[in-house]
Amino acid sequence: MSTHATTRIVGASVPRKEGIAKLLGQALYVDDIEREGMWHGATVRSTTPRGIIRSISFDRSIDWSEFAIVAAADIPGENCIQLISNDQPCLADGKVNHCEEAILLLAHPDKHKLREAVAAVHIDYDQLQPVFTIEESERQDVIVWGSDNLLKSFLLEKGDVDSTWERAAHIVEGEYRTGAQEHLYIENQGIIAEYSAERGVTVWGSLQCPYYVVKSLKAVFDLPDEKVRVIQAETGGAFGGKEDFPSNVACHAALLAMKCGHPVKIVYDRLEDLAATTKRHPARVRHRTALDRDGKLLAMEIDLVTDGGAYATLSSTVLSRATLHATGPYLCPNVRVHARSWATNFVPYGAFRGFGAPQAIFAMERHMDEIAAVLGIDPIELRRRNFLHQGDDNATEQRLREPVILDQLLDRALKESDYSAKRARFARENPSSPVKRGMGIAAFYHGSGFTGSGEVYLNSLAGLDVTPAGNVRVLVSNTEFGQGTNTILTQVAAEALGLDYSAVTMAPPDTGVVPNSGPTVASRTSMVVGRIIERAGLQLIAQLREHAGLADSYTREEFLAACERYRAAKGEVISLCRYEAPAGIRWDDATYHGEAYGAYAWAVYVAQVAVDSITYSAEVEDFWAVQEAGRVLNPVLAAGQIEGGIAQAVGFALYEKVVLHDGRMANNQMTNYIMPTAEDVPPIHVFFEQVPCPHGGFGAKGIGELPHDGPAPAIVNAIRDATGVAFNAIPLLPEDLYAGLGENQPIEELALP
Amino acid sequence: MSANENANGAAPGNARWPAIHFTVNGKRLVVNVPPMKRLLDVLREDLRLTGTKEGCGEGECGSCSVRMNGELVNSCLVPVLQADGAEIQTVEGLALDGNLHPLQEAFLQHGGAQCGICTPGMLMAAAQLLENSPHPSGAEIREALAGNLCRCTGFMHIFESVAAAADAQSAAPVATAQEPARHAR
Repeated sequence: MSTHATTRIVGASVPRKEGIAKLLGQALYVDDIEREGMWHGATVRSTTPRGIIRSISFDRSIDWSEFAIVAAADIPGENCIQLISNDQPCLADGKVNHCEEAILLLAHPDKHKLREAVAAVHIDYDQLQPVFTIEESERQDVIVWGSDNLLKSFLLEKGDVDSTWERAAHIVEGEYRTGAQEHLYIENQGIIAEYSAERGVTVWGSLQCPYYVVKSLKAVFDLPDEKVRVIQAETGGAFGGKEDFPSNVACHAALLAMKCGHPVKIVYDRLEDLAATTKRHPARVRHRTALDRDGKLLAMEIDLVTDGGAYATLSSTVLSRATLHATGPYLCPNVRVHARSWATNFVPYGAFRGFGAPQAIFAMERHMDEIAAVLGIDPIELRRRNFLHQGDDNATEQRLREPVILDQLLDRALKESDYSAKRARFARENPSSPVKRGMGIAAFYHGSGFTGSGEVYLNSLAGLDVTPAGNVRVLVSNTEFGQGTNTILTQVAAEALGLDYSAVTMAPPDTGVVPNSGPTVASRTSMVVGRIIERAGLQLIAQLREHAGLADSYTREEFLAACERYRAAKGEVISLCRYEAPAGIRWDDATYHGEAYGAYAWAVYVAQVAVDSITYSAEVEDFWAVQEAGRVLNPVLAAGQIEGGIAQAVGFALYEKVVLHDGRMANNQMTNYIMPTAEDVPPIHVFFEQVPCPHGGFGAKGIGELPHDGPAPAIVNAIRDATGVAFNAIPLLPEDLYAGLGENQPIEELALP
Repeated sequence: MSANENANGAAPGNARWPAIHFTVNGKRLVVNVPPMKRLLDVLREDLRLTGTKEGCGEGECGSCSVRMNGELVNSCLVPVLQADGAEIQTVEGLALDGNLHPLQEAFLQHGGAQCGICTPGMLMAAAQLLENSPHPSGAEIREALAGNLCRCTGFMHIFESVAAAADAQSAAPVATAQEPARHAR
């Protein structure tokens, strides 16, 4: 079986496929691309969180005849961005539901004229009462979405929670909150669109999911598949922020292109990107947990709510993943997770690395430390007593058939971090030091691929071809945005085909060329798409052996010669495969029971923090990340994913606060939305234990999202260890530490220098 | 068409603006552009040197870092009139005779670039560091790169790349330090 075979290329740290172009400054991002006769576009946005548009007027200081102007009435098809419940208009039509909602579009040949023009459009509103918090929305006094403000709810039940409380030795309750987080990809959103009546719409852009953009363009322009083409430009970071939102920008640019008869480029500046695009869903999670005398979990009741913003967009699927990760990697016979996403009048929250899991896991792993404190058990020991093992059923009663090595991961994390000795040393040193140090841990898993039957519905098609010029190409719609798609998929293809890494390339990420292999999201590329490419490679070799006399061993030249014989005899040299669900997968969407994910990646992370009791700053001094994510396809790239995710999660925990005033982001600048810099990120020590996954490309599982799940609770648990104070909300800024430590007076115990 | 083919010493822009003379990647150039136009826009729009990127437009992210008269600057904060008479190096000027610069080679081998959007600025900041401090400590590397934000890597592999480039540069003269990959483009 391939997952156990010795490999030549899979598992090697070959250099990034498109690395040289990026290092020479030659890679073309959307803002680097010019089209003949191109105009530039800009968006006129709502300045009110909720209201009826009363009038729109254009200041006479501007010569509007030079501009193309697009409003909702110009939309030839459906005024709607296509996602799940299709409630978000492409352009507001009479009513706005959040600040920064797009109302009008402007285009001009000179991009430097647009800013003034946008400011010269005056819109008056009849204000409607907005809803700004989860609590206001769930009270339902003011209804801002549907009939009840409820975007989505899930109920996951296992066993019988209600009858458990009376026989519990301990019941521990807690409430945990996580804030909005901005992706802060360094390349802002951008699209170039062209339109002609004969060819339809063509779009180049910074995006993750070309076929998602196709779907919205088809609806907005009422065009058939063959008249919509989406091409991904080099993409400068995404993290989920370019999963759904580029559909909005693409529709806007294409509407302007149709109106003015020129190609139109829309590239947001940082202020607009921060204010108007999606963020991570804020969440509030309440835990009520029953345990026996030995600290074994008897029942978990979890109430999990998210703020979805003004339109449903992806809130339902984010909530689904949060629900399915809410109980952590623990065995519990009785579970109830009641999850709801509520509408508010903010910019819709969207996909962000982890997709609900970081919010749920922050609560679970913080709560484990609070349980440990109540029971007087070491937090390590409490986790160890409750870990899932191979053969156990998790909360959805999915039987864990593959090995689960949490104990091994925990042992390694404790050893590599020297956890116990450090914890003891800090406990000794802290009373006499103004700097309080602590160690914190988090254990967690992350499901790879779409949830439940999602991969079956996606029905991805992917494969390989060999062009007449002798180019061996991977055919996928999965995109590269830094995480390594190009490199790992060409590694997998080269391995399966028996060719060198340099002999395989990626076909252009162009819906006119590549089939729909699904979106580049949900930690699915290496596992799900990688497996399809592996199968397509083996299928092509089998065909060349059968029909073109390919020998058992061959050089690249002999392979290409066989391809030419095949082409002469049979036609195109192409091998496509569809997704095949692993045998025995069953999932019930109605009851939320069954195989939630084809595989899980597992991890134990340890943070060492220092809290300065004079400045109230918290610093992560050192970090250890031990994980099992199946076979590691490319160690350098895999470590890069882990380190990048941890750095982003350090920001989630300690730095990154989206400040909202009256429905608008008040700190929409890099000057005051603060991410960790080269001087803030701790040394990160990354370790992989490898258990090949039978469902993944050469044994891989998903890896991209996992590292964002665990750092925040590990860090805040370490702060609890350092200070003795339980902080239950992030981001945890110095002012929050001041408030919390002040109330608890630990500073009074200090012998200040 | 590569940017360098376009940056051939002609004077892009409009003659009604005063001429700005400067040297970019070793080429003497004249441009006629509004004197308050950002150096970033002159490089990208007038000279078509699009390797230099805009991330924030306010000097926070460092994506637009270039070297000007031996200093690292955020080109989004430099009105082009301040560049009159200056020597400027951009990412397009790092590679020598078709060979990767040791920093580029190290970033390629050690995973220093992921999405690549911060990479040109990061390379210029690292080049500035290695010129001033050929054997930087870990703390010096962190400090030198603190003005360049990377959202992908968590910085670890960037630090490793810069240290490896410093080692490679000190092991042998640049031209023969290693066998740099020839780039095909």
